[in-house]
Amino acid sequence: MSLTIRALEQSKPQSEGIDSWIGNQEFPLVEDRYVTFVYRGEADQVLLQHFIYGLPTSQDFKRIEGTDLWYLTIEVPPHSRFEYKFDVVKNDQHSWIRDPLNPRMARDPFGSNSVCHTAGYEPPFWVQSDENAREGSIHKLYIDHPNGSRNHKVLIYIPARYRKSRRYPLLVVHDGQDYLKYASLKTVLDNLIHRLEIPPMIAALTQSEDRIHEYAANETHAQFVVESLLPLLESRLPLQRGPETRCLMGASFGAVASLHTAWKYPGIFGKLLLQSGSFAFTDIGWHQRSPAFDPVVHFVNEFRKHPGRPSEKIFVSCGTYESLIYENRSMVPLLQETGINVKYREFRDGHNWENWRDRLREGLSWLFPGPLWMVYE
Amino acid sequence: MNKLARVTLLGPQRFEPNVADVFKQASFCGRTAVITAGWQEREEEINELAEHLNLDVTNLNLYRRAERVFNAEPDFHHAYSERQNMLLRLQRIYRMRLEKLLDVARRFLKRSEDPDLMDLERESAIADVRRLDEHHLSRIREIHASFNQVWKRDKLPGLQAETEAVARDLHDCDALCIAGGHVAILLNRMRMFNIAQAADGLPIVAWSAGAMAISERIVLFHDSPPQGAGNAELLESGLGLHRGLIALPHADQRLRLDDPIRVSLFARRFHTSLCVALDAGAVVHWDGTNWHTALAARALTQDGQTQPLELACP
Repeated sequence: MSLTIRALEQSKPQSEGIDSWIGNQEFPLVEDRYVTFVYRGEADQVLLQHFIYGLPTSQDFKRIEGTDLWYLTIEVPPHSRFEYKFDVVKNDQHSWIRDPLNPRMARDPFGSNSVCHTAGYEPPFWVQSDENAREGSIHKLYIDHPNGSRNHKVLIYIPARYRKSRRYPLLVVHDGQDYLKYASLKTVLDNLIHRLEIPPMIAALTQSEDRIHEYAANETHAQFVVESLLPLLESRLPLQRGPETRCLMGASFGAVASLHTAWKYPGIFGKLLLQSGSFAFTDIGWHQRSPAFDPVVHFVNEFRKHPGRPSEKIFVSCGTYESLIYENRSMVPLLQETGINVKYREFRDGHNWENWRDRLREGLSWLFPGPLWMVYE
Repeated sequence: MNKLARVTLLGPQRFEPNVADVFKQASFCGRTAVITAGWQEREEEINELAEHLNLDVTNLNLYRRAERVFNAEPDFHHAYSERQNMLLRLQRIYRMRLEKLLDVARRFLKRSEDPDLMDLERESAIADVRRLDEHHLSRIREIHASFNQVWKRDKLPGLQAETEAVARDLHDCDALCIAGGHVAILLNRMRMFNIAQAADGLPIVAWSAGAMAISERIVLFHDSPPQGAGNAELLESGLGLHRGLIALPHADQRLRLDDPIRVSLFARRFHTSLCVALDAGAVVHWDGTNWHTALAARALTQDGQTQPLELACP
């Protein structure tokens, strides 16, 4: 196919022509399966730094001769969403910047990235604030934490139309405050409850100050969740009882913490929502990941030998552009062999908050089917 | 109309309430009973509704009364729960069979080749769905009949007393409003307290799940649920306080009315009834024999469209 950038290049554009061309496009240019990134400015080299596992991580832009316009075209399947930055090199200095021509960006605890949507991807409607949806509220609860903090903050999501006389299911969310900030968790819960796709539920949003340590299959953390946090929540809030009414969820190391906690304390959390779990393991030799993964690999190796029955119903999701896709895929048959009801979904997305946000509807509505078929208000 | 119809069905009341208009247009100034059992634990929170109606209102509190009956009659409560579990299991079995039959019917409706052959096959595929629906309703009727054979109201003093109290409350009222909410809970509470008999002769105004629960057949529906194929299914027979109409509240949100295959299949499957979209603002009246539309109600047609209800009424 004939790409827009090629036509521009062949026209040997002058500065004004480039200005006008840029003003008439949306960037990056998405044409069928091709994505063209464009950077304008003086530089010695421009590189694309993307987060798609499987493609070379750093790809060179080409400069259109006689101009300060740089471009790179890559092939990416439709319905994809990925994040990226430009590495602009001048005088051997590397600057990682967001794409100045692309207003779409995604934030995470480490900053923000530019976002590319290929043909067919649309942000889900249910992540946008819906004026018809009644709003839940966020409250603070403080608890003693094994890290020594005597006032460890846990945020509590209380659904709209909350009544103390009713009992609610419980969702415990690792990195919960990040889910609020970067994955619109409150809006999503408000919308899904409003749409009757999940029942009104209470969510406990935990946050760790040292997640790489605490979430890495840490027994103290599992003990904290089951023996401190859960009893406190049950003493303060009108919660339904029984494992089938409780779900642990998390992404990345948060998914490891969820699975590990359920494995150490089977029969407590009947449902798990595991997103892009860092389920690194080794069949032979030792792993090549960072030392932070040592306890994770030890746990996952043990889990793979003796999975037991940590839970009854598990939703697992992972992006196909993640380095963890193999580990997540291989977890599925293992879980299924134990008789656990498992649903696994993968999408053309990366290891990021918007991927985890976009999967919440399917995961939560499968784990906690709402009264959609029965309630007509 | 300057008198309340025997039954008036409305669209949802949250954003564009029009139930008060129905009473005003009928110059009604008496007392109305309200049933909000579908709201469950929020049943008693009727202030907003009462203010909107601006009438003397009696809340029949069926949900709360049922809780009292369950406490007073533990054996009955246990048997009732068992029956509900059995109905749930039966519904799951029905759903498994229904999925296959609807899948075939939908594929046949989409198929454009071989029109000479396919017309009869389509009709036959839809007839299979209807047969399953009828079978399901008959199984449910059997379960209820067995239950009622054992658990007679006059042998349950707690239930008898509450039922009589409801009848007395209704006797003092000139109309009955039935709000939406959880349709199965609403239906079961109205059955438990014999509302069909106690409200005999009272004009009824019902909306959303209320409109569904008093119909002959209760159809649960959603074309785009987050899980599953969105197959409309029969829940049960309703109280049968109106005839020949399947109420479809929130149809604009729940049904893909722009999908002629789905609309056609729905209308043909339930061809003995008018399938009526009751969206916000809709008003339809039942005079005991015929339906009359006042506002904004549309009927699903067998050719996959929707049309104003008045054009569809025989």
